[in-house]
Amino acid sequence: MPHSAGQPHDPSPAFENGTEWLRGDGPASDVVMSSRVRLARNLAGLPFVHRAGAADRVHVLDLVRAQVLKAGLCEKIMWANLHELGSAERSLLVERHLISKQHAKGKPASHPGSVLAPGPAPAGIPDDPRGVAVGLPGERLSIMVNEEDHLRIQVIRSGLALDEGWAEIDQIDDKIEAGLDYAFSQRFGYLTACPTNVGTGLRMSVMLHLPGLKLTGDIEKAKRAAQDMNLAVRGFYGEGSDAAGDFYQFSNQTTLGKSEKVILQDLQQEIVPQIIEYERVARRTLQSKRATALEDQVYRAYGTLTHARLLTTEEAMQMLSHVRLGVVLGLIKHVEQRLVNQLMLLIQPAHLQRVLSREMDQEQRRVARASLLRAKLAG
Amino acid sequence: MKCDHCDNEATVREVTMKNGARIERHLCEQCAQQHGIGVQPQVSIDELIGKYVLPHVLGQAAPQTPKGNSCPTCRMGYAEFKQGGLLGCPDCYKTFENQLAPLIERAHEGATHHIGKGPRRRGGGPSPQASLTAQLQERAARLRAIRKQLDEAVKAEQYEKAARLRDELRKLDEANPA
Ligand SMILES: [Zn+2]
Ligand SMILES: [Zn+2]
Repeated sequence: MPHSAGQPHDPSPAFENGTEWLRGDGPASDVVMSSRVRLARNLAGLPFVHRAGAADRVHVLDLVRAQVLKAGLCEKIMWANLHELGSAERSLLVERHLISKQHAKGKPASHPGSVLAPGPAPAGIPDDPRGVAVGLPGERLSIMVNEEDHLRIQVIRSGLALDEGWAEIDQIDDKIEAGLDYAFSQRFGYLTACPTNVGTGLRMSVMLHLPGLKLTGDIEKAKRAAQDMNLAVRGFYGEGSDAAGDFYQFSNQTTLGKSEKVILQDLQQEIVPQIIEYERVARRTLQSKRATALEDQVYRAYGTLTHARLLTTEEAMQMLSHVRLGVVLGLIKHVEQRLVNQLMLLIQPAHLQRVLSREMDQEQRRVARASLLRAKLAG
Repeated sequence: MKCDHCDNEATVREVTMKNGARIERHLCEQCAQQHGIGVQPQVSIDELIGKYVLPHVLGQAAPQTPKGNSCPTCRMGYAEFKQGGLLGCPDCYKTFENQLAPLIERAHEGATHHIGKGPRRRGGGPSPQASLTAQLQERAARLRAIRKQLDEAVKAEQYEKAARLRDELRKLDEANPA
C-alpha cells in the first residue's frame, strides 16, 4: 500500500533503497565522502532528556512525532520507536549514520513519572521512550528524539555540500519550530543539555577519506592542524570510534558567538579545502615519487578483497579504502566509486546479516563478508 | 538615626503598607540582612548584564553565586551538573548563569553571547538594524577571540598556529565594513 506524505512509514522498506550520501558524487568527492549538518534543539518548559522521567519523555516523543509527521518535511517520513525495535534494526540505523550508538543503546529514565509534576507513572510506559524520523527517499534527513537533547536534527549530503545541507536543515528547523516551542535565551541562544552545544546548536562535519596522508605518514600532522583550527577529529562512526578505513570526521567544536553563516564559511571555504589540498598533494606525491609502492598497496587490497576467504570488518574497511583510492586515481578502472562506498556499508555486521537474511556469529560473518566482497568485486 | 533593633547607625529604610497604614522601619545593614531586606536596590537586567559582562570582558573573575543553590524548576544542584556535565532543564541556564558563564566562555573560544538564528515564534528573524549590530558584535568577538588565541600560541611557541591566526586577523581587518 502506498504511503501518503506525512504518514509514518514502516522501517523496513527504507533499507532496500540507497542512501544518498553513498552516491559517491558531489563536489570534491575524491576526498569528501559526505557532509553532515546537525542542530540540537529542546522544548521549552520540559526537563532535558537525562533529567526527564519516563512520562516526560513520552510527552516529548508524542509532541515531536506529531509535528514532524505533519510539517511536510519530506516526501515521506519513516518513524520508528526505538524502544520497540530489536537490536538488529537499531544497529542498521547506526551503520547508516541515521542514529548515534548512544541513541541505539538508550539510557534508563531516572524514574517513571514526571519531574515537573511528580506522581505515579501511568501504566505501560516504556523505560526509555525514544524515536527517530527518517526522510525518504534518500535518507538525507534524520531526527533523533530523546537522545542527549529532545531533538537532534541532521541532514547528510554526498560530497562537500555543507552549504546545501545548511539551507535544507534551516528550512526543516523552521517547519518543526512552527508547531513547537523551542527553549531559547537571548544570551545563550538555543539551550541544550550540554553547555558545549549552546548558541546555534549547530555542528557541521565532513567525512574525509585520507589514505594519501596515511600512506605518506602526514596524517597526524593534518589532524593536529585541524585541531589547531578548533576542529574536532573523530572516526567513521563518530565519537570514540576508530578511523576505520582512513575515514575521518572533522567538525566545528564551538557553537556560541558565531553565526551559522560564519561557521559554514569557516569550514567549507577555509578549513576543509586546506585539508582536501593536503590530501591531494599527498596523493600526487605518492603517484610521482612512490608509484610502485602506491600501486602495490592498491592492487594488494584489491587482490585481498577478490580472493580472501575470511575478512573482519576492520580489514575489509582498510582494503576498501585502498581500493577506493585506486578507483579515484584511475588505477582500477572497472569498479565504480559508488560500489565501493556501498560495500563499506554492506560489510558492517547488521547490514551483512540483513543482506543475507540470517543471524550469524562473528566467524560466520567473516566468511559471509569475504564471499560477498568476492561476488561484488570480481571483474 | 539609630537602628530599630540595635545601637548601630541605621542605613536602610524600609517602607511597607499594612492594612492601609504606612509602616516605616530603620535598620542597620546587618539587621536588614537578617530580616531579609535587600540592602542593594533592585537592579534591572541591563545593570545586571553591565555589572556581570563588563568585568568579564576586562578579564576579571565573575562574582560567584552562593554554592548549594538548585534550579527551582528541575531541582538540579550545581554540584550535580559539575559531576555529570549535563544541565537539568532550560531554566538551569538562568539559575546558574553566573557559574555557567565563564565555563561557557572557555568552551566557546571566548564567546559570551549567541549570534545567529532564533525561533521565529519569538518575533521572527532579527531586524536589519539588529542584524547589523550583531554582525559588528560578531566581528569584535572574533577579533578578541583570535587575539587571545594568538597570545596563547606565541606563549606556547606554536609558530605555525600563530602565523595562521595572524593571517586570519589580517583577513578580518580587510573585511572591515566601511
Ligand atoms: Zn541593627
Ligand atoms: Zn533546571
